[in-house]
Amino acid sequence: MRHNVYLYILGMWGISYLIRVLPLTLIRREITNKTIRSFLFYVPYVTLAVMTFPSILSATQTPVSAALALVAGLVMAWFGLSLFQVSVLCCAVVFVVELIL
Amino acid sequence: MLTDRKKWFVKGLKDGIPIMLGYFAVSIALGIAAKNAGMTATQATVASALIMASAGQYIGFTLIAAGTSFAEVIVMEAIANARYLLMSTALSQKVDPALPLRHRMLMGLWITDEIFGVSVSVEGRLNPYYIYGMAAVATPGWALGTLTGVVLGNVLPLRVVSALSVGLYGMFMSIFVPPARKNPVIAGLVIVSFALSWAFNALPWFDAISSGMKIIILTVSISLVAALAFPVDGKEDRHAA
Repeated sequence: MRHNVYLYILGMWGISYLIRVLPLTLIRREITNKTIRSFLFYVPYVTLAVMTFPSILSATQTPVSAALALVAGLVMAWFGLSLFQVSVLCCAVVFVVELIL
Repeated sequence: MLTDRKKWFVKGLKDGIPIMLGYFAVSIALGIAAKNAGMTATQATVASALIMASAGQYIGFTLIAAGTSFAEVIVMEAIANARYLLMSTALSQKVDPALPLRHRMLMGLWITDEIFGVSVSVEGRLNPYYIYGMAAVATPGWALGTLTGVVLGNVLPLRVVSALSVGLYGMFMSIFVPPARKNPVIAGLVIVSFALSWAFNALPWFDAISSGMKIIILTVSISLVAALAFPVDGKEDRHAA
């Protein structure tokens, strides 16, 4: 590589940090606007759901194991298993399914 | 409130373990990509320890390898990571309004999809020490996974990497499913999000849009429609899920 890679890494870090820190430091008060509050209330659930599907299907060696982990994860979370339990059991589902397939 | 800090930090360490495991698995793939892009183990590990952004780092590594100019890399990095603007905004409403600037600046270092998802789902106000605890275990997972990927990415059993890779999605589900059970609007939004996200990825018209941009477009449009159609009043919007 011709150019200084560390300079690029530092630049990538700098811009990412600015994006992450600016709203948190600039918005110091509670937002009172009802629409914005409602929007921010829904953002986490929507963004996590969007990030989960369909990308989970391409995370493993075969979409079948991932699909089963998805169903298992939804059911386990619905019935109130903890974050750690859901996470580890999803991994276990993929491991066992790929062992059988 | 020293004990409060300690309590949240320890809880963060504990809740950070599944994040660490998932990060380790996912960043192995990132390490392999870094190696293919011609980066050294040190460069890739330093980048991961600092940047903590999967899509952003993939894009960055690829562009650096292609000899892209500094300015272009920065612009692409900003686009790939723009969703953190939304997450940071949501967290700004979740912390105590009196939280000192130094804590806000420190927290900002570790706003990742996973740390954000877990932090925003705590009941009541978010204590920054919760994020510090999670970051203390998650960051080494991300950096060491990257290092492992560069050094021995092709030696690890594929089946193990494959199994660990769904861990992060398991976390996501355990964050958005319980509130969906209680609140039918959230349940509906999850279904709509799944469907539109699938459509965005399956239909060829959207191929030109990067995956980071797709997340932003979908998040903003779905949440905005929901906010207008189902505004929430005072109490329930504290993410007490």
